[in-house]
Amino acid sequence: MMRPTDLTLAEGLEALDKREISAVELTQAFLEAIERLNPRLNAYITVTGEKALADAAASDARRAKGEARALDGIPLGIKDLFCTEGTRTTAGSNILGGFVPPYESTVSANLKRDGAVFLGKLNLDEFAMGSSNQTSAFGAVENPWSRANDPDRRLVPGGSSGGSAAAVAARLAMGATATDTGGSIRQPAAFCGITGIKPTYGRCSRWGIVAFASSLDQAGPVARTVEDNAILLRSMAGHDPKDSTSANLPVPDFRAAVGRGVKGLRIGVPAEYRLDGLAPEIAALWDQGLEWLRAEGAEIVPISLPHAKYALPTYYVVAPAEASSNLARYDGVRFGLRENGSDLKDLYERTRARGFGAEVRRRIMIGTYVLSAGYYDAYYLKAQKVRALIRRDFEEAWGKVDAIVTPATPSAAFAMDEKQDDPVTMYLNDVFTVTANLAGLPGLAVPAGLDGQGLPLGLQVIGRAFDEETVFAVGGAIERAAGFTASPQVMA
Amino acid sequence: MSLDAATVRRVANLARLRLDETEVEKLQAELNGILDWIEQLQQVDTDGVEPMAGGAPVEVKLPWRADAVTDGAQAEKVLANAPDREGEYFGVPKVVE
Repeated sequence: MMRPTDLTLAEGLEALDKREISAVELTQAFLEAIERLNPRLNAYITVTGEKALADAAASDARRAKGEARALDGIPLGIKDLFCTEGTRTTAGSNILGGFVPPYESTVSANLKRDGAVFLGKLNLDEFAMGSSNQTSAFGAVENPWSRANDPDRRLVPGGSSGGSAAAVAARLAMGATATDTGGSIRQPAAFCGITGIKPTYGRCSRWGIVAFASSLDQAGPVARTVEDNAILLRSMAGHDPKDSTSANLPVPDFRAAVGRGVKGLRIGVPAEYRLDGLAPEIAALWDQGLEWLRAEGAEIVPISLPHAKYALPTYYVVAPAEASSNLARYDGVRFGLRENGSDLKDLYERTRARGFGAEVRRRIMIGTYVLSAGYYDAYYLKAQKVRALIRRDFEEAWGKVDAIVTPATPSAAFAMDEKQDDPVTMYLNDVFTVTANLAGLPGLAVPAGLDGQGLPLGLQVIGRAFDEETVFAVGGAIERAAGFTASPQVMA
Repeated sequence: MSLDAATVRRVANLARLRLDETEVEKLQAELNGILDWIEQLQQVDTDGVEPMAGGAPVEVKLPWRADAVTDGAQAEKVLANAPDREGEYFGVPKVVE
């Protein structure tokens, strides 16, 4: 048999089913890998080894009785933005102090219901605000990949779900939960050579996930294959009365869609995504991806998303505005860090100045400003109108195409000391992903090739609202054609 | 629109963030950089466009629920993470003399 940590999630389920391995043995293998590699990668903030082994033993007992569930015995990592009952949850911030949630997020509860084993809590940019995992109060995460000609230079895993993507790529988890507000699943997945999907807004409940920008936040999985993502999403998704924006729709068998093929599908190629100065390697990979789909019987259709170029500035009004409101709750009174002050206002101000990092404070300031008296119409209302136009562009595209294929990111993973000169440079990482958040649509990133330095590059598939099945079908076709088998330099 | 130092201090006060003077200047430059970049939204013709409300890809009516108590009597859980408490209350510095 293969080494347990090399198994895909689907292969892991099969091996457990055939009793080739027990859940305890599988969990043990991942815990050993974490112990060996996490000191370097820093993907996990908290490892819950004892609890994982106990849960794995319980899983083995269920399987022995013939009561195995959909994910029984599968070791997963949980982004530290999901509240986990009895396990410290940090959101990558100092302001949560030693917060131990007295409740479980709906998405993680759904995974537990299906028998998954949680290995621990994964590092992330503070409050999921960042594209490099360098804003975490618990330290940066290292990308397990490195450049062929500069192997000692440490690269970022992307963000905000940098710990999730790095852990899965380095085989420190079979899959992981992540969240995506502007690209936080897809960009790190692309940077780490794995697959991740941001589902349609409303597909997964937001209840119990530390809120960043409520009209954009959406949970989703990251894993090594498209099929593994489909398996995980089926367990994570579903209606939840505790989130009023959760969609009351049946959850399809996403896994069945992965091998469906693309024959007869119309694939849109947005002209506006051919950015001036788009790296030739990215452009070539995009063309290659379209060629693969054409060869499988898809029709390639040029489309226009005329407002796409305004998506990032729209996002950087809407997201900080919602963040400034959501983060008002961190006041040092009810939970988390407290810095004492001379009076209540002084306590608030000292707590928030000490507890929030620089990027979070910057976004709170922007958000507070654009919502303040006299500026609300000029900024926030204007951005929500442009957002409506971005959504309308997609609605018009769906008259002509069934899915849209673009690059996932404008570059491969960058080094830890790059893109630090000004905040806007970092924000440009999400240029291809952010439109799907603004319009609420599903988007999947799948590895499709390597750049000249041997670093992974990904393609993105965007689909109609609640049509993740077509997204999985197109992603599956790209995955099969790409035959991506490269693996990172740092790996269990 | 360009933010002056006084506006940065005013916004920080609204956001309840203590800033020291060295931070004001740095933040002022960074915020102005971001706001200059955001300014391009003003080029978009949005006459007659209804602003998007919420994040749903299709307009949906939010559901109603019965106005009934579904939860409660969990004071210990609620207070478990409190930095300071007095009995079943959160403790804070004296507010009223």
